[in-house]
Amino acid sequence: MEEREKKRSVVPFGPQHPVLPEPIHLDLVLEDEKVVDVIPSIGFIHRGLEDLVKKRDFNEYVYVAERTCGICSFGHGLGYVEAVEKCMNVEVPIRAKYLRTIWSEMARIHSHLLWAGLMADAFGFENLFYQCWRLREKNLDLVEMTTGGRLIYSVNKVGGVLKDITPDMQKVILNNLSELEAELRDVYKTFMTDYSVQERTRGVGVLTKEQVHDLGCCGPYARASGVARDIRQLGYEAYGELDFEPVVSNDGDNYARCDVRLREVFQSIDLIRQAIAKIPNGELSVPVKGNPDGEAFIRIEQPRGEAIYYVEGNGTKFLNRFRLRTPTFANIPGMCETMKGCSYADIPLLVVTIDPCISCTER
Amino acid sequence: MGKVKRSPWLLHYDASSCNGCDIEVLACMTPVYDVERFGVVNTADPMQADILLVTGGVNSQSAEVVKQLYDQMARPKVVVAVGICACTGGVFKDCYNINGGVDTVIPVDVYVPGCAARPESIIDGVVKAVQIFQERSDAHDKYVKEHGESERDLSDPDAAAREGNPADFFDAITKTSEGSRDKEAEKK
Repeated sequence: MEEREKKRSVVPFGPQHPVLPEPIHLDLVLEDEKVVDVIPSIGFIHRGLEDLVKKRDFNEYVYVAERTCGICSFGHGLGYVEAVEKCMNVEVPIRAKYLRTIWSEMARIHSHLLWAGLMADAFGFENLFYQCWRLREKNLDLVEMTTGGRLIYSVNKVGGVLKDITPDMQKVILNNLSELEAELRDVYKTFMTDYSVQERTRGVGVLTKEQVHDLGCCGPYARASGVARDIRQLGYEAYGELDFEPVVSNDGDNYARCDVRLREVFQSIDLIRQAIAKIPNGELSVPVKGNPDGEAFIRIEQPRGEAIYYVEGNGTKFLNRFRLRTPTFANIPGMCETMKGCSYADIPLLVVTIDPCISCTER
Repeated sequence: MGKVKRSPWLLHYDASSCNGCDIEVLACMTPVYDVERFGVVNTADPMQADILLVTGGVNSQSAEVVKQLYDQMARPKVVVAVGICACTGGVFKDCYNINGGVDTVIPVDVYVPGCAARPESIIDGVVKAVQIFQERSDAHDKYVKEHGESERDLSDPDAAAREGNPADFFDAITKTSEGSRDKEAEKK
């Protein structure tokens, strides 16, 4: 039989698509059902947030920085505040550091459970999707109790935090987290052992350790390929006093990414327990005088990976420059690499698997 | 809220939101809040959608996508602006790449304030939209009965010409429509 010449066709994917809560556009070059090349284009939700430092003073900008992204909002507020504090040589009280750590871990639990739900939705397991989001609501209740908001926490300020977690609240947190943990074990078991889930995740979208190094991927996406890199190990805030190891898996496929992210939820629950056991009494914030001058550079571990913050002050209340490198931006090249050679039906899954946060990426 | 005779389908698009409102919109679909009890189903196909939920203010690139989605929806249609950014531009109003609220591009029927808008207030907005949708579809049915054809918006001649012909829908990615590409190809 004469071999039919394979013709290439370009199929647009997005910006509006069933699996995407946020817009990203991909041009997929196909040979029959096989993807041979991917050309991503972003910019649908670029707002120009970095430029806003020239119009908002450095204390007000904390609230704008939080709104870079609604999912990792606490992390962005924290990164910005830490960078300004480093720039002004402000030493934050230890209690504030512990509170910040607890809230960052709550943000991680919420983000990873949200991702697990979207992942289940992408491979068509509606029940699992609903279960993940039901558990996420339990965590959001704790966030609402301690900060007053569900997604935008608004508890950070330059020099400390605005709200306290009282002993009564700590009891409720420990109690609810135990319930969450028990129910999450069932969800974890389904993700790891269910036949239909493994059909869609095992061996799909493999990224090797070398590729992770070459493409500069970060966060759980890199840890699923065997790279034990976790910025929390640097010991910023109270992480230096807590006991934990990076969660690593070696397969580098979708299955490994589910495994890493869900195990990180258990790890976060453990970290919150440790932090609550060790939290000292003391002030919530220190008074800050003067304006930032000079520059500072900070790295923190967001739920999606390593985020880098840079601020440059000029001695006035308006900063010269604020720069933010987000984890999703680092992971997009890895995503495009995994797509080459896969079938068209796996594309939605491979987009969700990097846990894309486009509004951080485009700011 | 009166008796609802139809089950409206809902389309969600993120114009330039921070994600906060988007995940709250998704949270509305899940069992804790559950808008499906009002007969609302989340769809991803603009052609089958009745209610358009837009989050975030519009920028130069997303304005065209919002316009395209609105055009593709069949009449009658209702638009809900979710979150303060979609209403006025909100926190990002002073950003260089934000043109303002969604109403600078398409007509908005219900405004839901909040940053991020809480699921309760989103449900409130959607219920209001369901009511408006009910009224509009009754009026639309009456019009079709009297005139024998669907009502057209004559105030915007371009939109009226595009309606009903998918080939002439504006493509926000290539900045052209399929119809105009065909014409150009014929010229060559």
